[in-house]
Amino acid sequence: MSEELICITCPLGCRLSVDRQPDGGLAVTGNRCPRGVKYANEELLAPRRVVSATAAVEGGAACSGNPGGLCAVSRLPVRSSAAYPKQGVPELLEAIYALRVSLPVSRGDVLIKDFKGSGVDVIATRTLKRVE
Amino acid sequence: MKDLTFDSVVIGGGAAGMAAALELDRAGFSCAIVEREEALGGILTQCIHNGFGLIEFNEELSGPEFAEKIEERLAGTGITSFTGATVMELDASGDIKTLYCYTGAHGVMRLSARVVVLAMGCRERNRGNIRIPGDRPAGVYTAGLAQRLVNIEGFVPGKDVVIIGSGDIGLIMARRMSWIGCKVHAVVEILPYPSGLTRNIVQCLHDFGIPLYLSHLTTNIVGRERVEGVEITPIENGATRYDKAFTIPCDTVLLSVGLVPENELSKMAGVELNPMTNGPVADSMLMTNVPGVFACGNVLHVHDLVDYVVEEARRAGAHAARWLKGERPKAEARVKAGPNVRYCAPSRVDLHAANKLYMRTLIVKNDATLEVKVNNRVVKSVKKNHIQPSEMIAVELGPKDLEFAVGAPDPVVELSIS
Amino acid sequence: MKTGSNRYDVCVIGAGVCGANIARRLSAYELDVALVDKEADVSFGTSKANSGIVHGGFHHNKKYLKARLELQGMMMFDRLQQELDFPFKRCGIVVAALHEDEMRAIEQLYMQGVDNGVIGIEMCSRERMLELEPKLNPDTLGGLWVPGGGIVEPYRFVFALVESARKNGVEIMTGFKVEHAARAGDEWTVRAADGRVVKARYVVNAAGLYADEVSRAFGAEEFEIKPRKGEYYLLDRLTKAKPERVIFPVPTSVSKGMLVIPTVEGTVLIGPTAEAVDDKADLATTREQLEKILSSARAMVPSVSEYDVITSFAGLRPTLEEDFYIEPSAKAPALIQVAGIQSPGLTASPAIGEYVKDLLKKEGLRLSEKSDYDPFVGKRPHVKDLTPYEVDKLAQADPAYANMICRCEKVSEAEIVQAIRAGHTTLDGIKYFTRAQMGRCQGGFCTYKIIKIIMRETGLSWDEITKNGDGSRILKDAL
Repeated sequence: MSEELICITCPLGCRLSVDRQPDGGLAVTGNRCPRGVKYANEELLAPRRVVSATAAVEGGAACSGNPGGLCAVSRLPVRSSAAYPKQGVPELLEAIYALRVSLPVSRGDVLIKDFKGSGVDVIATRTLKRVE
Repeated sequence: MKDLTFDSVVIGGGAAGMAAALELDRAGFSCAIVEREEALGGILTQCIHNGFGLIEFNEELSGPEFAEKIEERLAGTGITSFTGATVMELDASGDIKTLYCYTGAHGVMRLSARVVVLAMGCRERNRGNIRIPGDRPAGVYTAGLAQRLVNIEGFVPGKDVVIIGSGDIGLIMARRMSWIGCKVHAVVEILPYPSGLTRNIVQCLHDFGIPLYLSHLTTNIVGRERVEGVEITPIENGATRYDKAFTIPCDTVLLSVGLVPENELSKMAGVELNPMTNGPVADSMLMTNVPGVFACGNVLHVHDLVDYVVEEARRAGAHAARWLKGERPKAEARVKAGPNVRYCAPSRVDLHAANKLYMRTLIVKNDATLEVKVNNRVVKSVKKNHIQPSEMIAVELGPKDLEFAVGAPDPVVELSIS
Repeated sequence: MKTGSNRYDVCVIGAGVCGANIARRLSAYELDVALVDKEADVSFGTSKANSGIVHGGFHHNKKYLKARLELQGMMMFDRLQQELDFPFKRCGIVVAALHEDEMRAIEQLYMQGVDNGVIGIEMCSRERMLELEPKLNPDTLGGLWVPGGGIVEPYRFVFALVESARKNGVEIMTGFKVEHAARAGDEWTVRAADGRVVKARYVVNAAGLYADEVSRAFGAEEFEIKPRKGEYYLLDRLTKAKPERVIFPVPTSVSKGMLVIPTVEGTVLIGPTAEAVDDKADLATTREQLEKILSSARAMVPSVSEYDVITSFAGLRPTLEEDFYIEPSAKAPALIQVAGIQSPGLTASPAIGEYVKDLLKKEGLRLSEKSDYDPFVGKRPHVKDLTPYEVDKLAQADPAYANMICRCEKVSEAEIVQAIRAGHTTLDGIKYFTRAQMGRCQGGFCTYKIIKIIMRETGLSWDEITKNGDGSRILKDAL
């Protein structure tokens, strides 16, 4: 039975039909260019996703703008430094939600190093100062 | 009252405003950015997902990273940024424009400048704009408000969500809400095709098994105090089939039903708007009909990618600097949206310079042709693999393309798609 | 001001425009008055969603109490505005005839208006009509002009009345849903659903849509309030369809028809429809009715466009019979019934306050004037109405005046804080008090800021922030 998927490599959005071959390989049809085959292989055999979320900051208010205004925020945006295996995303999210990031923090700071030996880090995507 | 004078003032401190200001500064003109939020960066600061910056930075960044990287370029320049400052009045009638900015930190400031760059961005269309009938309970939010609440404030507006409209913000929010443990029950789209990028359909809906109802109209919101459900009705062959309406239970409705350039200040300044874009009519220098008032980014027309916003804003800033130096286009041609084209921006091209136009099509098509006619003569024809209304198309027109227009009375450049 | 006791001379049930006028009027006398309402804030019933018209006194025959109270009430607004500083403007009313046969109805309205003593009422030719209101359909045949008619922001009127009443000693209790009443000696004991009790010698039933249920709780007259729904569209203040006057069509037997109203605050309201419904909580708008509004409004003002719509809403008229029912109960002692107050209730409401005060006196309530009664409430600056210089001056004392929260309606942080300090702690309460969230973005940009200000000012936690009271929580969780 074929599996259907939409190639997202470019805006054309080719509808791919993929059959798993006995040798474990994939037979791809419906693609208009070789990138469709590459996409189908990645997406069906080892799908990965970039994960973005927010983490709690410790010690209350953080601020990226005028102190004293309404800018105090309690969450720090973060993301995976690269695409992470899709099936492990819930676990990665758990780890992000368990973080308590102390301020100040700079964009690019590594918050989780090499998660589960994947080579993927979790990094801060915003600089947050501490406000008194 | 604090009274300050600059060569130029940029209204809006998002990606567009910062990029335009940087060009003015680089050309040696003093410049102030006035931003109503407490921080620079505009809407990017709440777009924590990936997908920004491939063109501008050659890497995939999240919104806050993109914004911060642009903001870092302000360091060491002479640009003054006022945050938490809202421009409440704009008088652009004279050579010197006056802006009254209300700020929590400095009271009211009067800024004077010879050039004003409009970069206020856009706002979301809301329930009233698309006239969804029904109860008026808590739990109906625009996707952008929900995004702000979740990503910056850390609040969860609802647990069981239906998203109206398949724009990218809505799709991104479908994934975001799923990732914080909420159940997204459906995305409902009135058109027969999704408004957002295929990539987002796959990674934000398919990954989570969220159904997408195409050709469905939202016909009722149910719930006296808090949302209890949404009634949706299929559209078949152009007819709304009320007999086939059904209700999806939920506690929250997020609306992702389009963006409107925010031009109330522009109107106050006498700027003429293009009804197709809801943004200013701009000439080849990205200047509005009011001399010295320029526009760029989502206030000019709603862009698909922030990278293009920055590119356009840089041009606006550079043009504004040239205008301050007294440069003017020698001859311009009017740009007309031809068959299957919704709009082109700007509305004029300079016959003796390199022009870049952004346009949007009205149709979804593979293997399309974009045709440029100057005074009814085809001067350029470009093949496009795929076009769709949600993606902008860029066109470059140089003096060579436009030579037939030189000397012609009221020259017209028409862009069409077939 | 009373402290610690729950005994009052008068308990007014219902803090809509009638109850608020009655309570405020009574606050001029040496009386202990309680004003109770079942909602989370005052003016959250019929008074928050209506046309906001100060009528011209020509729609009803003088034989009706409602016409007499309308004529009296409409004259009271100028003074009330001076005392209470709420948005009100006598912009005048035109009634437009679009068909030949409607001109006859116009003539009858004119005669009735003249008979009622309406000042300045005129029959108008087409030219006169178009001169008075250039936005009118050029096919207008003629009509009526009533210069004394006007517009008011109904919830702001109620808020101001309540504030004045509170200032003069009236105790306000919200979330007080009357469930039971018993009389012992010369005193009513009124119990709310949440167990709170108010004891009062006299009670006024001004419970609007629920006046029938309150009457029943007192063992008084049996009647049934039938809700009649009116749906509206609100148009952006930048619409080309903004008229100078209130535009009425020629009325039908059941309603005054759908109007085009330039609101005092600069937006445009079109509607209402009129549809009997069974459910007193049914504030849903419907596709069919909303389409009717657009076509009816366009017939009078062709430039009305659906693209200018920023929101729709519905209100319920508490209908009972042809006339208002304002009388002492014949069955329950010391109870004044104020029921069936539909249009022109808002216009008549100041006169209703007067009238009920007199009824109470007749029933034996002693009225002696307070020496320290102060009819004025302090004027509150609204940044929207001020010049930059004035705002700058205010901001020197309180910087929050120059911190803009709602960009669409130009509302500052200081105004939000004032709303909260005046007791309006729901998003809707703040919306009606300040106009923040009422403009073209409908709260898209400012809602998060308002939530944070409420939390900061009141100490409420995120899960206590509501749209308009229990059950309408805005947020479901925090990360």
